[in-house]
Amino acid sequence: MSKKNESTSKTFIVVIALCLVCSIIVSGAAVGLKDRQEANAALAMQRNVLQAARIDFPSGEAASIYAERIREYRLNMETYELTSASEEELAAAADTESQGEVARRLSADEDVAGVRDLEQYTMFYVALGEDGESVESYILPIRGAGLWGMMYALLALESDGQTIAGLNFYDHSETPGLGGEIQNPRWVSNFEGKQAVDSEGNVEIRVTKGANPQDNEVDALSGATITSNGVDNTFQFWLSDTAYGPFLQKLREGEVL
Amino acid sequence: MASAKEMKQVLFGPIFANNPIALQILGVCSALAVTGSMDNTLVMCLALTFVVAVSNFSISLIRNHIPSSVRIIVQMTIIASLVIVVDQVLQAYAYDIAQELSVFVGLIITNCIVMGRAEAFAMKEPPGMALLDGIGNGLGYSIVLLTVAFFRELFGSGSLFGLQILPLATEGGWYTPVGLLVLPPSAFFIIGGFIWVLRTFRTEQVEAKE
Repeated sequence: MSKKNESTSKTFIVVIALCLVCSIIVSGAAVGLKDRQEANAALAMQRNVLQAARIDFPSGEAASIYAERIREYRLNMETYELTSASEEELAAAADTESQGEVARRLSADEDVAGVRDLEQYTMFYVALGEDGESVESYILPIRGAGLWGMMYALLALESDGQTIAGLNFYDHSETPGLGGEIQNPRWVSNFEGKQAVDSEGNVEIRVTKGANPQDNEVDALSGATITSNGVDNTFQFWLSDTAYGPFLQKLREGEVL
Repeated sequence: MASAKEMKQVLFGPIFANNPIALQILGVCSALAVTGSMDNTLVMCLALTFVVAVSNFSISLIRNHIPSSVRIIVQMTIIASLVIVVDQVLQAYAYDIAQELSVFVGLIITNCIVMGRAEAFAMKEPPGMALLDGIGNGLGYSIVLLTVAFFRELFGSGSLFGLQILPLATEGGWYTPVGLLVLPPSAFFIIGGFIWVLRTFRTEQVEAKE
């Protein structure tokens, strides 16, 4: 290797040229493949919703079953009114990075789940029964801070608006094998049939150590205290009057659909 | 240009004679992590082979212009860019597998095989040979991973590439899967077995007694 290579100017030229070439390649790949990736993400979101609603689907038929059984709405978090959702809004909902329009910053007292901002609009899904008419469950997106980051989940409530039909943590960064067990279907199935809220709207579901399965309690994950507390806080926050509380009230009174 | 014999040596040497995992014990982390099923393993092997081959080629191409004071950074930049491209392609064309492999695709950047070949081979040899060396090492990595994945998926889940081969007892069949093989540490045993078999046939790989 020649001495010339070692000069400061040569070093800078090589490094800058390399960075330019590499960044063009990387951004080219990112931009060129964006559409396909977004389509994949939207399809993955549809599967997440179906899983939360406990609707079985053969792989490959998720999209058609989704179109048949799930209706999508946008929920205004201030007026608690529903509007039907457009394609772009659905794509935005599948993207957990962008939070969309923010309604307001939560105060420290309200923000038990570490959510920070309450969005103006959130997705709301209705799962229809086999007949394609009767309501089987309502699916609400919820999220809360775990140990390492935000945990995103879909909570399905039965048509009474109180009983948990299903729960699906579809995006999180908890430790695999410990906190990561929140996505283990066996643990998640503990929530099924429990009361999320009582008829007055008080939050019933708890995640605690040594839970009594007769009550609306689910046993915390061992070795994952902070994650379990995060799941508990997520329920306390989203089912409270700050978030979905008033909407669930409307659901129970049958004023929504 | 190197002779045909030399090229063959560079391409096929790393498969058994100088296997990056079995002899040099490099890249074991991903060999444990992604070998639970053949699907994931195959994609990981293709991804790594692509990265090590292309990074070797590009580093070799500019090897006479890389200032030695920043050569590791230059190598890392090239490898990291390639890994991002691979990750983007996987997310576009193999979304489910990309989700399962998630962090391990990113960790190809720190896979010792890629860095090791860049530093030990590509910095000295012409691009053609470096490309062959990259493919060869990728194949050497792949053969170990696929062997491990074959045993882990067949005896751990009773299937191969997701197709049920041994009917599971839980689903009315006769086969009770070996739970240990589903867990990553079981790959240690299989890699150990692989090295044992390899050294039985190639005694020159056995280290002298101290």
